[in-house]
Amino acid sequence: MAEPILMTALSPTMTEGTIAQWLAQEGQALKSGDALCEVETDKATMTYESPASGTLLKIILQAGSAAAVGQLIAVIGKPGDNWEDIAAQAKSATAPAPAPAAPAETAKPSPAPAPAKAAPVSAPPPPPAPVPVASPQSAPQLAPGVPRSSPLARKRAKEKGIDLRAIRGTGPGGRITVRDVENAHAAPAPVPAARPATPAAKGKPPVAGAAVKGLRGDRVSLSKMRAIIASRLSESYAQAPHYFVRIAIDMERLFALRKDMNQGREQSLSLNAFLLKLVAAALERHPVINASWQGDAIQYLPSADIGLAVAIEGGLITPVVRACETKGIEAIDAELGALIAKARSGTLVPEEYTGASFTISNLGAYGVEEFTAIINPPGSAILALGAVAEESVVRDGAVVPRRILHATLSSDHRVIDGAQAAAFLADLRAFIEEPARALL
Amino acid sequence: MSQLSYRDALNRALDEELARDDAVVLMGEEVAEYDGAYKVSRGLLGKYGPERILDTPITELGFTGLGVGAAMVGLKPVVEWMTHNFALLALDQVVNEAAKTRHMSGGQFNVPIVFRGPNGPAEFLSSQHSQALASYWVHVPGIKVVAPAFPADAYGLLKSAIRDPDPVVVLEAEMLYGFKGEVPDEEFLVPIGKAAILRPGENITLISFSKPVHLLLQAAAELAKEGIEAEVIDLRSLRPLDEDTLMASVARTGRAVVVDESWPAASVGSYVAHRIATECFDLLDAPVEFVSSEDVPMPYNHALELAVQPSVQKIVNAAKKALYLENPHG
Repeated sequence: MAEPILMTALSPTMTEGTIAQWLAQEGQALKSGDALCEVETDKATMTYESPASGTLLKIILQAGSAAAVGQLIAVIGKPGDNWEDIAAQAKSATAPAPAPAAPAETAKPSPAPAPAKAAPVSAPPPPPAPVPVASPQSAPQLAPGVPRSSPLARKRAKEKGIDLRAIRGTGPGGRITVRDVENAHAAPAPVPAARPATPAAKGKPPVAGAAVKGLRGDRVSLSKMRAIIASRLSESYAQAPHYFVRIAIDMERLFALRKDMNQGREQSLSLNAFLLKLVAAALERHPVINASWQGDAIQYLPSADIGLAVAIEGGLITPVVRACETKGIEAIDAELGALIAKARSGTLVPEEYTGASFTISNLGAYGVEEFTAIINPPGSAILALGAVAEESVVRDGAVVPRRILHATLSSDHRVIDGAQAAAFLADLRAFIEEPARALL
Repeated sequence: MSQLSYRDALNRALDEELARDDAVVLMGEEVAEYDGAYKVSRGLLGKYGPERILDTPITELGFTGLGVGAAMVGLKPVVEWMTHNFALLALDQVVNEAAKTRHMSGGQFNVPIVFRGPNGPAEFLSSQHSQALASYWVHVPGIKVVAPAFPADAYGLLKSAIRDPDPVVVLEAEMLYGFKGEVPDEEFLVPIGKAAILRPGENITLISFSKPVHLLLQAAAELAKEGIEAEVIDLRSLRPLDEDTLMASVARTGRAVVVDESWPAASVGSYVAHRIATECFDLLDAPVEFVSSEDVPMPYNHALELAVQPSVQKIVNAAKKALYLENPHG
């Protein structure tokens, strides 16, 4: 049976798309997943992959035309299937409903009861053709922008905090199945490392009061993770001459920006995602920080592969978001969320937690004002973030309360000199205090 | 434990219940002198005599009504219908009398009666003698309905049906009468209202009753070759329906295929599918798949006769559809 192909939301915020060009032609046989057309969305031009297999029977929306999400753009089916019915249905579904006749009837003073009068107006419908057990001619349509999804997929997405609109469904008609949800990036899960914004005054230390069983007086042989942490960080601290540069950063603007950007989003973008993006922007301007000591040479790294230290049972791990300078905050947030979830479930694979060119360690959730971190090789610098807390600061000669983040950069003096570290931090502060600068 | 045919398992159940309770009588066309059209009552006339094993005229409404009246005044009749196709003539006595009497007499009369006989398609019997009519009985409150697929269940459910204080319809299957299976030697009952999980599996739940249960087992074996573990549920009782077992399974697998050899509309299978869709809505990853016979009178041509009924391949395809493993467009 012929099936409608509808304009689909290719990004979570897309409500309308314009066909840039058709990549498939009428009469062409397509498999589910084949490129169908290019759609200009609010953000970019993206390839729309066919949600079904079959022959492209009819292109309804020509290149250059725009359609709302959920509107019919083409019909797919078997050769010879009737596409006109689907087009007609789509038309009648979107056409404004004809004004009901009843009000005109009742407006006139009429002694006859309205229902009796209204009934015979329309011609009796032709007798229905004898059809074996009725099956609906086309699936009921969802409201525009609402993706087709199975109940279990919806339940699982809710549990995982995933916005279904960000998932491409692989089921019939693009239905999102539970497998699609499970394969999708999880939204950031709240872990201590992901919640730096809690003001120390309000925030309770996440581990305070949690009684640790055992350990007192015990001798515990090293887990593999413990042994790796011990050897790598001893090596780093012994060999890399660490020095520390501190800076205080006013967070008001960034918080305001984040609040604006999270307006109307089901799942808030994490502060860490913003910080990774701004750190990447600062690293772009200070490639000397994004480097690796190699004994007889310094390797300047081609992209900002930023690791975020995550505390896990029995130690810590540093999942890496690659090439943050090329990614948007949404993408970074989704990736970070998925990586943190995998870190906590112990399912990260080595390429997901090795080779960070720069690392961030965020202990803000514990309320610590500031701290210093040991450089995580092969990177040459690590940024230690404390809690954001309200402080009295002087602005324009007046003492005002501001939310302040204390950041400490540990640098390897073999690679980075003090002035370079300071210049990097100054730019990072400028970006965080005025995020628009990062766009320049 | 001995190997008994489905036919002999029913015979043993009748024999034991006739011996156990003098109020039990067997009546129907050719059940006595001829040992029953399908030889289920073999040897019973000789053992219990013509007062308890009664050949009746060819008049389903008449002898079914006779049985209902006898049940109201103290006997426990087992009425054999030569097939459920002929039982259509007796519908009024079952639906309007047997099913209603306890309710309409305010509990003064119960009707401890069993109606039994083969239901569903066999082979080469064409349109009028190949019908699967389970929903005719399951539709009606006041009747219990069981549909065994194996000799042990045929034995245990028929005994439970005979001892039940209310009308019970037993759906047998002509194609299963010769099917042999293990039946414990010691006496036992199979409770009415309990489904059986024949094969555990985590990926999908396959559900049916009577003869198609055997197709489910074959389909599950086919699916297992591709790494899909199907849970196979034999409903055994259609009314009351063991929803606890059903829903617990579907809650685990998130997918279900219901198979019914009857026509699709207003069938037991479509009702089971509806119940699952309602009770497990949030736990389903795909619509409940339903495999029934085609919505046509049974063709006489044998190839067509087979083609219109559920098959292993149809069940496997439905399971894959529910698992999103096959593109519906091919």
